[in-house]
Amino acid sequence: MDELITLDYGSGGKKTAELIEKLIVPKMDSEALSQLGDAAVIGDLVFSTDSFVVSPRFFPGGNIGKLAVCGTVNDISVAGGRPEYLSLSYIIEEGLPVEELETITASVADTAKECGVKIVTGDTKVVERGRGDGIYINTAGIGKLVIPGLGSQRMQEGDVVIVSGSVGDHGTAVMLAREPGLLGSEIESDCAPLNGLTAALAPFGRSLRVMRDPTRGGLATTLNEFIENSEVLGIELDERSIPVRPSVQSACGILGLDPLYCACEGRLIAVVAPHIAQIVVDTLKNCGCGDAAAIGRVTSDHPGRLVIKTRLGGSRIAAKLTGAQLPRIC
Amino acid sequence: MRACKIMEVCGTHTMSIAKAGLKKLLPPEVELISGPGCPVCVTPASVIDAYLELAMRPDVIITSYGDMLKVPGSVRGDNLAARRARGADVRIVFSPMDAIDIAEAEPLKEIVFLGAGFETTAPGTAASVVAAAGRGVKNFSVLCMLRTIEPAIRALYAEPDFSIDAFLCPGHVATIIGETGFEFIPRELGLPAVISGFDGEDILISVSRILKQLEKGEAKLENEYTRAVARDGNGLAKAMIEKCLEPCGAEWRGLGTIPASGLRLREEYAAFDAEKKFGLVYNEAAGLAGCRCGDVICGRIAPRDCPLFGSVCTAEDPVGPCMVSSEGACAAEYKYGE
Amino acid sequence: MCLAVPLKITEINGLDAVAEYSGVSRRVRLDFIKDPKVGEYVMVHAGFAIERVSEDQAFMDWEAAAELEEALESL
Repeated sequence: MDELITLDYGSGGKKTAELIEKLIVPKMDSEALSQLGDAAVIGDLVFSTDSFVVSPRFFPGGNIGKLAVCGTVNDISVAGGRPEYLSLSYIIEEGLPVEELETITASVADTAKECGVKIVTGDTKVVERGRGDGIYINTAGIGKLVIPGLGSQRMQEGDVVIVSGSVGDHGTAVMLAREPGLLGSEIESDCAPLNGLTAALAPFGRSLRVMRDPTRGGLATTLNEFIENSEVLGIELDERSIPVRPSVQSACGILGLDPLYCACEGRLIAVVAPHIAQIVVDTLKNCGCGDAAAIGRVTSDHPGRLVIKTRLGGSRIAAKLTGAQLPRIC
Repeated sequence: MRACKIMEVCGTHTMSIAKAGLKKLLPPEVELISGPGCPVCVTPASVIDAYLELAMRPDVIITSYGDMLKVPGSVRGDNLAARRARGADVRIVFSPMDAIDIAEAEPLKEIVFLGAGFETTAPGTAASVVAAAGRGVKNFSVLCMLRTIEPAIRALYAEPDFSIDAFLCPGHVATIIGETGFEFIPRELGLPAVISGFDGEDILISVSRILKQLEKGEAKLENEYTRAVARDGNGLAKAMIEKCLEPCGAEWRGLGTIPASGLRLREEYAAFDAEKKFGLVYNEAAGLAGCRCGDVICGRIAPRDCPLFGSVCTAEDPVGPCMVSSEGACAAEYKYGE
Repeated sequence: MCLAVPLKITEINGLDAVAEYSGVSRRVRLDFIKDPKVGEYVMVHAGFAIERVSEDQAFMDWEAAAELEEALESL
């Protein structure tokens, strides 16, 4: 590890993993923690926490408040839990307009209601100007385990990878919101709760292998996480079947980003047994996910690797990001 | 089909080829080689060291394309991102015009724009200096690290072990310098050259045109990218380059100093020349131990031939620029290759 | 260093302009385009339009490109 923590350690890529696995986990004597999941399954409880530092606080499609609820609700949901209770912690920077705090808090409340979760405990701190970037929010949540046994260890050769909608919307929307040179866009964050979708998939039992929401690092990073330690399985994607909105494609072209590595905050990835793949896609579509699609499969061809079959029929490896994706002009 | 080596000299081509997985589609006899087309990779470590030091001044804001952020100087791990963690004000911009806006917003600071790039980027870099002058922005300067591609191609050709059969020419450099800018390749070097666009499809078509030429023993210039490349290029852009910039000798990592291969700001723009404004001194930098970026950049060895590739030098912990740069040959191979 | 994207000019203000595609708009400079017109497509690199392109060529319909098919077959 480097001497100083750099931004890469927070990007969700390899450096984040290094930080967690080498610095944090070894100090805690916790079986659950060393599973390194986004949520912990303990008995019949699912427990998760997430902190939100997004800048700007308001972006097309949402704000930090909505994100704070969806993030933890989704981590619990994809781990097989039915989210029920959240805690809400604010760290507010001196000088934040009260009106903003009202709007953010109203979003928290509305989103919680939409998800059917209750905010039951919380905390508020205020720090001096210059020490807080407006507001940071942490949420932790508890849910009841309703889909036990989910995990990448369940995956088998031939399983199908399904995504519930277009990828890269959130990451791109936020990047655009930060850029003064980019005046406008129709791109909205896809920030949304997934507990409705995961509940709809619960009946599939063992045929539903694992679910995840591809947040930091995007689709490619999440899929890498499923197979990176496998000596037996890899994943192959068909580039042409991955849904990406034309506006997101265009924005990524301008910014020099790759949509497959841009965060989604309201998309579900599910790996399922092949015989239910079509039904799962249909189920998602019936839930309003018009762009849901099967995008690839689990294979024994290249263990540990995520490979993308390109439009032209070639192939390339999609590796896990090291650190933050950098915009490029080259 | 006889074995042949086709060299591209554009980092964006390197990346497009890798992303489209093109090498898998070509017959094994056809070897696609990356040449010195990544302006980030060819920037000498001594220049990088100088701007990394400059970045530590509390009154300086370094503005740069994202591409440069992780490129190390002569010390492994020492780059703009690392300096930022140590307190340097480093901001990613998408255009030098953004840097001028920052300069206007921060009158007490000195804004330095890292002007890397080839002929595609040169006109805009020059135009930004003219714009800053016009707007009376005094706290803006450019560290001009621009390079031109023809001298590098000629220098490679002159090397005793040169064995390239044809060139894939960078489409957007050609947008500026025109078909005429690449005519020297068939005319003087006797090699086929095809100006290519950047979609995988463009490159595939361009390669097949090259192969046809090689089959017939021809050496012509062809333009596959007619939709954006005119015979004489972009007159206004060329005029801007002429107005603000002049050729100078420049050091290229792996190729040494090549006369007239760089572009620097003309004397009348000295006030916007960061090198002069800050009295930058470039210290002869020792190469990073074992690093063979120079050979990779020239296409003398493939990324996998470098003993450090994948073991000591990885995308997570890179040694040299070829692995760090978003369009470096080693980065492309590491990320996309099998 | 050649990443450029085609965008459609929607507003011109001297050398400054706004160009967009697919709902994403960006400020661009027109220093290198002679007589630019609103509605034209330009290739934009690092915030500067480096050339105008015709609308149908801005986005290649590769499905219809005969030369591509030929190239794929020959390789």
